[in-house]
Amino acid sequence: MTIELKNIVKKFGAFTALDGVDLKVANGELLALLGPSGSGKTTLLRIIAGLDWPDAGEVSFDGESTLGHGASERRVGFVFQHYALFRHMTVFENVAFGLRVQPRAVRKDEAGIRMRVKELLDLVQLDWLADRYPNQLSGGQRQRIALARALAIEPGILLLDEPFGALDAKVRKELRQWLRSLHSEISVTSIFVTHDQEEALEVANRVVVMDKGQIEQIGTPAEVYDNPATAFVHGFIGESIVLPVEVNQGCVRLGGKSLGIAVADGISGASKLFVRRHDMQVGPIGAGLLEGTIRHVRTFGPTQRAEVALCGGEGKTLIEIDAPRDRTLQAGDIVGLRPQRYRIFAAQD
Amino acid sequence: MSRPQPTSSAPRRDVRIEPGPIRVAIIAMALIFLSVFVVLPLAVVFAQAFAKGAGAFVAALSDPEAWSAIRLTLLVAAISVGLNLVFGVMAAWAIAKFDFHGKAFLVTLIDLPFSVSPVISGLVFVLLFGAQGYWGAWLQSHDVHVLFAAPGIALATIFVTFPFVARSLIPLMQEQGTQEEEAAISLGASGLQTFFRVTLPNIKWGLLYGVLLCNARAMGEFGAVSVVSGHIRGETNTMPLLVEILYNEYQFVASFAIASLLAMLALVTLVVKTVLERRLDEG
Repeated sequence: MTIELKNIVKKFGAFTALDGVDLKVANGELLALLGPSGSGKTTLLRIIAGLDWPDAGEVSFDGESTLGHGASERRVGFVFQHYALFRHMTVFENVAFGLRVQPRAVRKDEAGIRMRVKELLDLVQLDWLADRYPNQLSGGQRQRIALARALAIEPGILLLDEPFGALDAKVRKELRQWLRSLHSEISVTSIFVTHDQEEALEVANRVVVMDKGQIEQIGTPAEVYDNPATAFVHGFIGESIVLPVEVNQGCVRLGGKSLGIAVADGISGASKLFVRRHDMQVGPIGAGLLEGTIRHVRTFGPTQRAEVALCGGEGKTLIEIDAPRDRTLQAGDIVGLRPQRYRIFAAQD
Repeated sequence: MSRPQPTSSAPRRDVRIEPGPIRVAIIAMALIFLSVFVVLPLAVVFAQAFAKGAGAFVAALSDPEAWSAIRLTLLVAAISVGLNLVFGVMAAWAIAKFDFHGKAFLVTLIDLPFSVSPVISGLVFVLLFGAQGYWGAWLQSHDVHVLFAAPGIALATIFVTFPFVARSLIPLMQEQGTQEEEAAISLGASGLQTFFRVTLPNIKWGLLYGVLLCNARAMGEFGAVSVVSGHIRGETNTMPLLVEILYNEYQFVASFAIASLLAMLALVTLVVKTVLERRLDEG
């Protein structure tokens, strides 16, 4: 099923949760809504599900407006952040719920319901938990039961609100891979909300980056990481060094000193220079465009991380850079720094 | 179960436990207080009821006036508990699951019957339905008897006992939130299906608790009922009213026999309440 949102606006009192959101989701896609808390991503998900209504705008499924239908008529599977399993029902009855509340004319008989529930529990590999109650399950198991319950109604769309938010780091990783392979198996149009960029980049086909009720960028994980469209996206996805610069007639200055790097047309005045930590090359003094004193070096994993105090400029600016481990860095060294790849965005405030 | 012992030989004790003599004194005080103010009166009620033997006790209860009072009390309790069950669930549902203007006002309003003296509650109905009241003339011309009849007693009792069900449900429903209901609706359940399959099972113990307290108060209410009943013997006397009348007529055995029934109700209520509280804690 395809989803199309047009100019969705939603206000809660004086707070604008969604401010003119347009989004198209293709059939069978696995889409991530990524943004900090308060960016409106969960509200958007609830509007698609019919659990909230937009103040303005249009929601359509397969080209047909769906705002006239309530949540119970939309056939949207919704997995809640805290699972919202029915605490007084067994796992079996939880999964069977959507089948049991169907109108009598289309409802399966008891044997049919049993078979379908068994299928779903097999799909999430938890058939051995059928007689347990939700409070006897671990977080990861509850998550999978919530997913099986949502799939019972054969939804055209599957929505997941922070599906891994309440789980510990290890279970999270396992479930991510599991969700991705499950999606390729059942290929239902799916949208999940997350504030964790790693999760979004690793699981989704496409990522929608949101901030303050608006969409900042839509793209594949590679696009949003390598070609961030706005300063917000650059700062939010991946870790970046941000330096305040002044752009004047194509000349980029940091603290009055020209950096001698190119800048796109149309940017002028106070701006921000974004460099990925690993794109800041460290060399001897004079080889770089910037100079700084190394304060600390921490070594872990494939890289070493150095905290560098930039020389010159207003006051002391501390930045963190990632360098290959074969380069010898020591606290106290004065080094030259050169941004290999960078982006400059006009400062918004 | 062995508790870890302190390794040093110096005497150590739990800081949360008072020294022996103080403990004994505090517990003794509590026991004496409870005995004098709670257990003793209860014992006196039963002692007086059986003061002239079981025969007199049975005779007092089989008196037609006593029977009429018992029937009326049960009828009024059934009506007011039944209606307050519906009203209370609706009010708690609205308050706990929805946001709307005037919610705080509604919550305050629910508490009103608790904060108003029962006599005033009764008087309100006299002002509304009495011969000189707002609707009195109209009711009289249509030969409808509210005041000094069962409907008035039921109305006053409903008013006084309204908060019990709503009050016991609101915190429970607020704590449970609306996610399970939302899940049910997104799975295709209708409003009624959601209520009967998801909401009601989740609140059943809290609801029983509220109904129990509501029932105890409905059967025991004196002030409000006294104002609207008119004390017509064999017709509009409830058990608490009859106890007072018999006492004032120096029929002590009969009076305490009825009173002992009410006391029994209180004891049963206490036991059931304790069981329910345990179920509520277990969730």
